Amino acid sequence: MSETTPAVAGGESLMPNAQQRAKLRNTRRLKDKFSRWGVASAGLAVVGALGLIFFYLFSEVAPLLKGADVEVLETYPHTQTSQSERSEHLVLERYEQIGATYTASGQVQFFVADNGKPISVFDVPKSDGASFSSIGYGTPVDGLVAYGYSNGELMLTQLNYRLSYPNDTRKITPEILYPLGDEPVVLDDQGHSLAHVAVQKTARGYAVVGVTDDGRLRFGRYSTRENMMTGKVTTSGRVDALPALPNGAKVRFVQVDKTARHLVVADDQARLHIYDVSDAANLTLTESVPTGRGQVTAMQYLVGTGSLAVGTDTGAVSQWLLVRDPDNVFRLQLVRDFESLPGAITTISPEYARRGFLVGDEQGSLGIYYGTSSRTLLVAKVADNPIENLAISPINGKLLIYDTSGQIGVASVWNEHPEVSFSSLWQKVWYEGRSEPEYVWQASSGGDGFESKMSLVPLSLGTLKAAFFAMLFAIPLGIAGALYTAYFMTPKMRGLVKPSIEIMEALPTVILGFLAGLWLAPFLENHLPAVFSILIFMPLMMVMVGFGWSRLPQAIRTRAPEGWEAAILIVPILLTGWLCIELSPHMEVWFFGGSMRQWFTDYGISYDQRNALVVGIAMGFAVIPTIFSIAEDAVFNVPRHLTQGSLALGATRWQTVVGVVLPTASPGIFSAVMMGFGRAVGETMIVLMATGNSPVVNFNIFEGMRTLSANIAVELPETAVASTHFRVLFLAALVLLALTFIVNTCAEIIRQRLRKRYSNL
Amino acid sequence: MKNWFKSGAPWVWLNGGAVALCMVMVVGLIGLIAIRGFGHFWPADVVQLTAVERDGTEQQVLGEIVRSEVVPAAVVRDSGYEIAPEQELVTRYLIKRGNRDISARDFNWYLEVGMSEWQNPIDAMVIERREWGNFYGYPVSLKENGDVIARVQDADFWPQVQERIERSLDLHDEINHLEKVEIGRINHKLERLRLERRGLELDGVDAATLAAADAEFAAERAELDEQYRVVKAERDELYRQLKRDTLTAEVIDGSEVTITLQNIVRLTRPNAMGVFAKMGQYLERFWEFLSDEPREANTEGGIFPAIFGTVTMVIVMSIIVTPFGVLAAIYLREYAKQGPVLRIIRISVYNLAGVPSIVYGVFGLGFFVYFLGGSLDELFYRESLPAPTFGTPGLFWASLTLALLTLPVVIVSTEEGLSRIPSTIRQGSLALGATKAETLWKVVVPLATPAMMTGLILAIARAAGEVAPLMLVGVVKLAPSLPIDGNYPYVHLDQKIMHLGFHIYDVGFQSPNVEAARPLVYATALTLVLLIIVLNLAAIRIRNSLREKYRSASD
Repeated sequence: MSETTPAVAGGESLMPNAQQRAKLRNTRRLKDKFSRWGVASAGLAVVGALGLIFFYLFSEVAPLLKGADVEVLETYPHTQTSQSERSEHLVLERYEQIGATYTASGQVQFFVADNGKPISVFDVPKSDGASFSSIGYGTPVDGLVAYGYSNGELMLTQLNYRLSYPNDTRKITPEILYPLGDEPVVLDDQGHSLAHVAVQKTARGYAVVGVTDDGRLRFGRYSTRENMMTGKVTTSGRVDALPALPNGAKVRFVQVDKTARHLVVADDQARLHIYDVSDAANLTLTESVPTGRGQVTAMQYLVGTGSLAVGTDTGAVSQWLLVRDPDNVFRLQLVRDFESLPGAITTISPEYARRGFLVGDEQGSLGIYYGTSSRTLLVAKVADNPIENLAISPINGKLLIYDTSGQIGVASVWNEHPEVSFSSLWQKVWYEGRSEPEYVWQASSGGDGFESKMSLVPLSLGTLKAAFFAMLFAIPLGIAGALYTAYFMTPKMRGLVKPSIEIMEALPTVILGFLAGLWLAPFLENHLPAVFSILIFMPLMMVMVGFGWSRLPQAIRTRAPEGWEAAILIVPILLTGWLCIELSPHMEVWFFGGSMRQWFTDYGISYDQRNALVVGIAMGFAVIPTIFSIAEDAVFNVPRHLTQGSLALGATRWQTVVGVVLPTASPGIFSAVMMGFGRAVGETMIVLMATGNSPVVNFNIFEGMRTLSANIAVELPETAVASTHFRVLFLAALVLLALTFIVNTCAEIIRQRLRKRYSNL
Repeated sequence: MKNWFKSGAPWVWLNGGAVALCMVMVVGLIGLIAIRGFGHFWPADVVQLTAVERDGTEQQVLGEIVRSEVVPAAVVRDSGYEIAPEQELVTRYLIKRGNRDISARDFNWYLEVGMSEWQNPIDAMVIERREWGNFYGYPVSLKENGDVIARVQDADFWPQVQERIERSLDLHDEINHLEKVEIGRINHKLERLRLERRGLELDGVDAATLAAADAEFAAERAELDEQYRVVKAERDELYRQLKRDTLTAEVIDGSEVTITLQNIVRLTRPNAMGVFAKMGQYLERFWEFLSDEPREANTEGGIFPAIFGTVTMVIVMSIIVTPFGVLAAIYLREYAKQGPVLRIIRISVYNLAGVPSIVYGVFGLGFFVYFLGGSLDELFYRESLPAPTFGTPGLFWASLTLALLTLPVVIVSTEEGLSRIPSTIRQGSLALGATKAETLWKVVVPLATPAMMTGLILAIARAAGEVAPLMLVGVVKLAPSLPIDGNYPYVHLDQKIMHLGFHIYDVGFQSPNVEAARPLVYATALTLVLLIIVLNLAAIRIRNSLREKYRSASD
């Protein structure tokens, strides 16, 4: 200890007495303990913090795997007017406070969602003497509901919620609007009762379909115009007759899509029909397909009206797409089946903004499904009676269940991440609007109702593609360089070469990326032939210079002893490179009709300026030092007595390398390659800057790619926290972490083994 | 010859060639950055020439030659030029014409075919402007409040111009000071008042206290408003003075334009300058680059905020990473029980150095920014919610993320240093009766200090060059103010910063006019490369000297 004993006057000893010594020992012991615990806790904290990375990333990803949860909170009778009044359609608004039922008698009743307390009632207008005969509704987000009447008329209603903030509290006032005016419109001029109606809001107005009780199909298109001055709304429209269903089939369900081009009809013979109604003068039945799953008992468009959810009497739930075939005709295509419910399907309720839907059956079971990811998120019994109607809120947090007993159940729902599943991440998925299953990464887009396409395959392939071309460039240069530096090079030169290449490892990749994107990419584009000629002539030149050197007179050769080959080659390398670049435009003129890039394009090879070749060179450059440094260590540490023995037995230098050095050091070289691969896989900036970042699925060296890491860098800052997209990006990070961690650990273990082997030799 | 091949000599030459190629590339890369980076500051000559346009018309061009390239004639023909059929190759020049406000394209390619002789007119001037980039043209006259006071023929024209530019630059500096420092200070105080009041409200103090506090706040606010009025009046006066002088100049197509002097950063006549004048100019520009703020969406001006941001972030990171890294290394080496578990931990920690940096960024964004930062805001910064204080990317989170990223580097290096200390020294200390802690802190750790320094320097070098994680946790293209200033609490850990590496990415790839930004990107890259090479060389030097020291100690 540093305490100095004070000089004490008198005859006392200068040394501390027993008491002081004991005290000193005590403090020293305490300090020792303190140091032990302090260091241990700090050390463990650091190790823990590093371990936390794994756990945290995993905890962010874990909710993706979870299905849905539904818990019925409350049940109350649906009685506002009379017990016999049945609800035909049920709606819940986005703040999950107000529910609405559309009754068979033409009333819209609003009530408090949590307890059924009535709020207000609207009566939908009708002509005298007419009665309500049917109800139809569009995609939920539009809030359109159409009532069909017994006299062939139709009334369109639109649900609207007005928000106001008196006293800083939110007040929601529900109301019913009539977009086509306060009077019903005539859909069937023969005055037959409408047995089925369907409606959809289109870009130009409203499309409605009515099926009369004698089986005729009527298709109407309406548009409204508001007078700028008076604010008066005028409605105009036309109604056309559609051809009847074949074989005298009866219509069970009818749906029209948002483009007002396709009509899908389910009949009573277990078939689906698609009508092309894009041309008003020529309405045709395009196709009829059997469902193969029994009678259709429920059918709804999912958001965006690109696909249909269909439920049948066998309890089967399936999704059908409108697919454009090569002749530009749309056909119905079954794309996926979901887990069946036990009873016949009674109702399907699509979600507002996602490709999910909820299904109820005769036995009171509820199914929650998601289209894109083919997931069945939940199948559970939520009611004792057959379910008649379901209403999910626009934010997917609450559910209203209406069953045949006239009870409304209100349930809380947890269904945050239905969009991804193993199959949607790693397998081909048939997306809406595509003609076949594909791997696509397109997580977001400006429009509402966009189907997010989150396949990790293009990104993973992009990562491997970038790493592959980088390794193609880096492995030969790195290993050959390491071999030479460690084994052939003179020590003096080695002392210069090794640190300079190792400094390159610390070079910020953003600089390599920027040079690759702004300098190398345009340069290569203009000097493509140079790339290939350098590839051919550079090695040739090296061998020729070597041969020429061996023919030189002894006097010159002894000036540069063995081990200086690299230095001798520098000038020829510069010359060859310069020559190839200078000749490049000429070569383009001589062999490729003026432009090699054009030449490639003519042969059907597409060429992007920022492509895999650029990435390969730039990232290869970043990887070379990693490979070089580890491989060099492995070769350099091969025990000298092995190589000297080989040389003594008469082997040439190269024979010694092939026969002794390489076999001994190969695990080290392998681990160097793995380390390099690990670095190439995770590199972000180079790929971000040197490619176009388009997620393509191919291995064309002249096209770009998008890697996992670059994708994270591009998309994560703009993603909503805790959304599915956010968590998928975390999953991408976890994949990267796991991949590099495994690769690096393997490399490290191999290296440690090798070290042990060397020490045993 | 057969024998020569049989001996494997070609392979040796090929291997040697690989090393030579690597070295050529390394040197070439550094050289490329150095030449382009340093070249950026050299005042290039202004050339005047006549070139033939696509449609065959002749055009007068005044500007700087940026670079030239040889392309096959077919490419040029495809883009619409008339080239004689026997000609196979064409040389073309990229000329920086400037005058972005007059003609839309400030960079243009011109073919050598049909190009006239290059002239270097002595009167041609380059004006660096605050807006619209450079101006190239000929001076006509200098005006004060619209009255001509000097013409280009006058002898005192150039001194007059330079003198007045000096004046407007001074005024500009003053305004800048007022706006950034004075008004910034007042705004800062006003914002603090607002937050204090909101804080009282949230604390739920009774109406009387709140009213009393309100009165106090109102008084303070009135005082600040008064101060603001004074400063603003001062500033407006300066602005008025600034508008006094204008320069009339002639563009190469013959039209005249008026440039207000307040818009001029620098006016030079490169063709009239000698080598020494150019060197002076070079140093001036170099200094401006290092010390000035960026202009024109970062594509011109300096990179001082980026340098400052990088350095601040690295310092904060060092403060965090050094103690933890060193303690963790000491624990792993000295205290932890050596065994298979520790071996796994050690390999894992070492491997974390190889984990992609973007993964740390993702972790930092999710855990630090959203989770920790969000909780901090809830606890301590409730008054400024919903605007996040720490719940958004910023300096502290960037530093913390980088600290995590560089922990393995420091741990590995420190452990290596600890393991190199001969056990005899340790045993000697213990034999003299020192406790383990005493041996550790008084003997072992001081001896291993150089290794820790090495680790720290390597960590700094890595952190300074890392960009990918920072894009997620706190670096922005343009930070409104520096993270350290004269306003309480002086170091703003919650502020977003600018960063050299990100600056390169942003200016090079996100800016609308890449061609104009290119030289600046090279110069920025050069700054970063130099910084990192120096740091690494220092680390290597320290490590080598350390090795030498213990080689002799252990012998």
